Amino acid sequence: MLEFDRLEIRQDDFALTAHVSIPRGAHLAIIGPSGAGKSTFLAALSGFVDPAAGRIVWDGTRIDGLAPAERPVATLFQDNNLFPHLTAARNVGLGLRPNGRMSARDRVEVEAILSAVGLPGMGDRKPGQLSGGQQSRVALARAVLQDRPILALDEPFAALGPALKAEMIDLLHGIATRRGLTVLMVTHEPADALRLGGQTLVVAGGAVTGPFETGPLLADPPAGLRDYLG
Amino acid sequence: MARGARPLTVAGLGSAALVAALVLGTVIAVFARAEGAGALGPADWAAIRFTLWQAALSSALSVALAIPVARALARRRFLGRGLLITLLGAPFILPVIVAVLGLLMVFGRAGWVNDALGAVGLPSVAIYGVQGVILGHVFFNLPLAVRLILQGWLSVPAERFRLAASLGMGAGAIFRTIEAPMLRAVLPGVALVIFLVCTSSFAVALTLGGGPRATTVELAIYQAFRFDFDLGRAALLAVVQLAVTLAAGALALSVAVPSALGAGLDRVVRRWDRAPGWPDALAIALAAAFLLVPLAALVTRGAPSLLSLPPVVWAAAGRSLAVAVASAALCLVLTLPLAVAIHRTGRRAGRGLEVAGMLGIAASPLVIGTGLFIVTFPFVAPGAIALAVTGLVNAVMAMPFALRALGPAVAEVERDWSRLAQSLGMGGWARLRLVLLPRLRRPLGFAGGLAAALSMGDLGVVTLFADGQSATLPLQLFRLMGAYRMDDAAGAALLLLGLSLALFWLFDRGGRVNA
Repeated sequence: MLEFDRLEIRQDDFALTAHVSIPRGAHLAIIGPSGAGKSTFLAALSGFVDPAAGRIVWDGTRIDGLAPAERPVATLFQDNNLFPHLTAARNVGLGLRPNGRMSARDRVEVEAILSAVGLPGMGDRKPGQLSGGQQSRVALARAVLQDRPILALDEPFAALGPALKAEMIDLLHGIATRRGLTVLMVTHEPADALRLGGQTLVVAGGAVTGPFETGPLLADPPAGLRDYLG
Repeated sequence: MARGARPLTVAGLGSAALVAALVLGTVIAVFARAEGAGALGPADWAAIRFTLWQAALSSALSVALAIPVARALARRRFLGRGLLITLLGAPFILPVIVAVLGLLMVFGRAGWVNDALGAVGLPSVAIYGVQGVILGHVFFNLPLAVRLILQGWLSVPAERFRLAASLGMGAGAIFRTIEAPMLRAVLPGVALVIFLVCTSSFAVALTLGGGPRATTVELAIYQAFRFDFDLGRAALLAVVQLAVTLAAGALALSVAVPSALGAGLDRVVRRWDRAPGWPDALAIALAAAFLLVPLAALVTRGAPSLLSLPPVVWAAAGRSLAVAVASAALCLVLTLPLAVAIHRTGRRAGRGLEVAGMLGIAASPLVIGTGLFIVTFPFVAPGAIALAVTGLVNAVMAMPFALRALGPAVAEVERDWSRLAQSLGMGGWARLRLVLLPRLRRPLGFAGGLAAALSMGDLGVVTLFADGQSATLPLQLFRLMGAYRMDDAAGAALLLLGLSLALFWLFDRGGRVNA
């Protein structure tokens, strides 16, 4: 169980409150108007924004205040997820060994996860030699190797075309289900939220609400979300 | 939020402290040793006056001559324009003594100009003295002035020239309404930078000046050392030099000073007013000739003797290479953590650290050299530590430029990659090895190349410390010139020029390959 307990985030004249509980293994989309604070909310979970008040609790342990790497969270950012000067395998390996020193066994594991995301034998290529979709797969492979129970995604597939994006969300869904990961994915596309399945958090009007069942929510959205969805 | 990679920040603080201790420590030593201000004799006052007025005149001449060249480069497109602009940046890494020798080949007693004058029965001109010092300073600072003023011209939005054309403005009206205001804004800063550079010029005054009428304060420090071995007077003169530099520096800070490492000079401003082409062509041709002919003269004279240089020159070249490479490495080791610490400690503390990195500019090499000499002389023979001191002082002097190149790059890497590194839990060492160094290869190569070339060609602090066994190549070259062995000197100068450029190229190239 992931709990945001009366969490308050303040930045200059921006304020956001969150008081929600998310069951373990849930797949949550986070939607809402731009500027409402979707990314900031996710950053508070990942450890890049300090909340002004409240707590974040994972399975009974308080995790706000911990350094990003000490949290049970693997994060995929909007961009800059892969170091362009390192090969795909070394990028993925950083999920296992943050100091970059891999053993032979680590290499086998990296190759296995690359195959699992559909990139067998591509480990020697640098990100610049991979397509956008392949780069996303490498980043996802690394996030999975980090072996954290929560996966936080801040629109990492936004730059992909609709078909590739659908493919990536399906891949994410499959891996997360098999490993029992809790997924929080920011998106501005209702279609992505539906595709991920499960539930949705709404960030609008200075508050995080939910989780709601995604299908009924989109069929009959509340006022703040209706203006955004149009 | 800035967690992790703390060791590098600590190293940066250490580097700032080291530089501050070196510069301020030597200044304190200089003050402690200086004899009272009443001890300034008429010759010293003459040196102060000469330092100031030659700097003012050099600066005024450089700027005045640079304006037509910059204007021509801003509005003309021609084959070789990019190459010429790159070449205008070259004096920065051109060893002063090499240029001086080139100028001697052209303007000296048996130079090309006097040969030509003699052939038509005109009296010869002398290069040594006031005119030589100013000639040398204009040679080095005209290109800098052209680049800075060109930047001003290219910063004028193209729309303004378009508007002027649609209003039917002639060249005169365009100058009054667009160009004159730009020049008024840009020129004071350019003039002050060059004035500042010329007040602490040593090698030009050492080689072309001298005598009661053309001695700068820096040269007077050297003479107090070398001829009188009067440490008290040398220290007093160092205090004077420090005051001059600080006063000129404070003046420069009060005016917006343009950045010398600006990019994007490859643009040409489209103009619709039809100025005749020949004045621009003349300005460009004269400037190019002024810069290239001395070097061509040097190559012609030096090439034949390059392979028959005496062993003492090759030994000096080897020492210089070692000093240059060590100095560049030291400069990078000091500057990289400093740049990281400046970025990570926030605005106010970072500003203080930046000032520490720039201290090398505030105190001239000869002031630091004098201080180091006073501190170390009781314990070690100066000749024994000449090379180490030279490398150290060169590294500190190159730090401001290295910081200029690395600072923005470090900020960019931190902005783009620090969140990822933090979320992966990369430690300080892993972050340095896997993120910072690979991402910073290009600016590191460039900064290292600058530092190496500057050190290779430096003729400053080494003149105070070196003995017969520890001369660097520039010093050896100076000695050859003093002995009037001009063929060997030209060969050695060519060697020095080649090594300086090669060092810069190698470092810079190393940063680009596979990057």
